[in-house]
Amino acid sequence: MIRLEQVTKQFGGNRVLDKVDLEVRDGETLVIVGPSGVGKSVTLKLMVRLLTPDQGRVTVNGEIISALDGRSLEIAREKFGMLFQGGALLQWLTVGENVALPLREKTNLSEAEIVARVREKLELVGLQDDYEKWPADLSGGMRKRAGLARAVVENPRIILYDEPTSGLDPVSSRLIDDLINSLRRQMNVTSVVVTHDLHSALAIGDRITMINDGAIVETASPARFIESKNPAVKQFLAAQYITRRGVWEEGSS
Amino acid sequence: MIIRDPEFYPPPENPVTWLGRATVNPCRGAGRAVLLFLAALKAMPHVFGKRARKETVYQMFTMGIKSLTVLSVVAAFTGMILALQTGIELRRFGQEENIGTAVMMSMVREMGPFMTGLILAASVGSAIAAQMGTMMVQEEIAALEVMSINPARFLVMPRLVAMALMTPLLSFYSCILGVVGGGVVGYTQLGVPWGVYFDNAMLYVVNRDLFVGMLKALIFGVMIVVIACHQGFSARNGAVGVGNATRRTVIISFLSILLVGYFVTRLFYY
Ligand SMILES: Nc1ncnc2c1ncn2[C@@H]1O[C@H](COP(=O)(O)OP(=O)(O)OP(=O)(O)O)[C@@H](O)[C@H]1O
Ligand SMILES: [Mg+2]
Repeated sequence: MIRLEQVTKQFGGNRVLDKVDLEVRDGETLVIVGPSGVGKSVTLKLMVRLLTPDQGRVTVNGEIISALDGRSLEIAREKFGMLFQGGALLQWLTVGENVALPLREKTNLSEAEIVARVREKLELVGLQDDYEKWPADLSGGMRKRAGLARAVVENPRIILYDEPTSGLDPVSSRLIDDLINSLRRQMNVTSVVVTHDLHSALAIGDRITMINDGAIVETASPARFIESKNPAVKQFLAAQYITRRGVWEEGSS
Repeated sequence: MIIRDPEFYPPPENPVTWLGRATVNPCRGAGRAVLLFLAALKAMPHVFGKRARKETVYQMFTMGIKSLTVLSVVAAFTGMILALQTGIELRRFGQEENIGTAVMMSMVREMGPFMTGLILAASVGSAIAAQMGTMMVQEEIAALEVMSINPARFLVMPRLVAMALMTPLLSFYSCILGVVGGGVVGYTQLGVPWGVYFDNAMLYVVNRDLFVGMLKALIFGVMIVVIACHQGFSARNGAVGVGNATRRTVIISFLSILLVGYFVTRLFYY
């Protein structure tokens, strides 16, 4: 369970989050939506303490991660896998080496085991033929999928996805959605997904939460979310041509 | 150690706040650089791991071999200029065969480590800062941290070890080239025979001079890597930030090399 308690984060005069309370339950997929620049990535980074809240605190399974440091922080981060918005692959390693990196650096697995595991994860994201390629030679969407393979290679308990499907074609997007769903079903992974893609939000989310103007304006199950009376949510839905009863339900979108 | 939460200060209101900030911020930066150095030192035992060993050797190769050409030219010409200038003066007293001593002493004690330091700061230091800065702004460092791979161990330590091993060697090499360069000028321009030149060169120089020179080079190398990594890790705001980190690495390295070089000399020779 991840909890943000009264978290405030500001950059200079720019107050991004203002006394935000947010809870991610064990084993659920929480989807965070909101306009660009509203603090979704910041929220994810607060959860792994890549950023520190100015006020309030962040806890993971009861442990106050926003106050940890050094070795204890490293141990707390072992639970996490994270997909960054740009993929964040190391440019001087091939795709396969990137995915293998956490295994090589931190485990005593044999080379054969590592390669097998890496191939398995690359297959999950549809990159089985790109083991030897350099990150610079991949498209943005492929980089993101490679980043995803690296995020899940250690079988983490909690996975944070920063826009896993943006820049991907619809088919790959659904592949990623299926992956997020199957990780959750098979391994009871807790996921937090930041996305602009409402179709994927509705398909994978147990709950959807919307951030706007530094505050959480709505948290609800997908069915409730599209019924929301909140003007910001309505505008967000309308912008993606989802008006009240879901077009997505008939599958005609 | 790597400060990701950016710091913001309101614009200075009066000269006193301005002065205060201009004093405090560099000190804070220096303190953080020292912490980064200590973190990398603590990770030093990992250098014998298979991957770190490979990475260190690779870094030694890129640092050493790739800066060899420019270092050779600079070292040779430094020796040649030294020989020419001192030779012209000494000739007035008919003492031009003593240029060997002058060239050897200046190269081994000062110019060798100094030139090595400056060239590595400009080439290797700026390259490290650019690489670390790019990794920082593309969130690759953040990704490493989430994977619990300590950047001080994974990135800084191999470069630090590589540089600490390479700079004394490169400094030694530049001394040899400088002395040879001086000999060439002595022979062709001043009419000092080879044998006289080299006998004279070896006359006063002692092992201690060589040792202090190489120690100086080692200190310069360590400083360059720490400054470059610290600046890279402090890069913000995309490409502009990387550019700034690179520029500041070169400037700060140059200044520290001059400053520290002076004090090491003072410590050992005064
Ligand atoms: N390291 C930082 N330094 C300064 N400001 C920052 C930093 N990180 C984020 N911000 C600011 O915080 C705000 C929220 O950024 P964030 O990246 O969380 O947006 P986002 O909701 O993820 O947007 P997008 O959907 O475009 O990715 C932005 O105004 C941004 O300028
Ligand atoms: Mg974002």
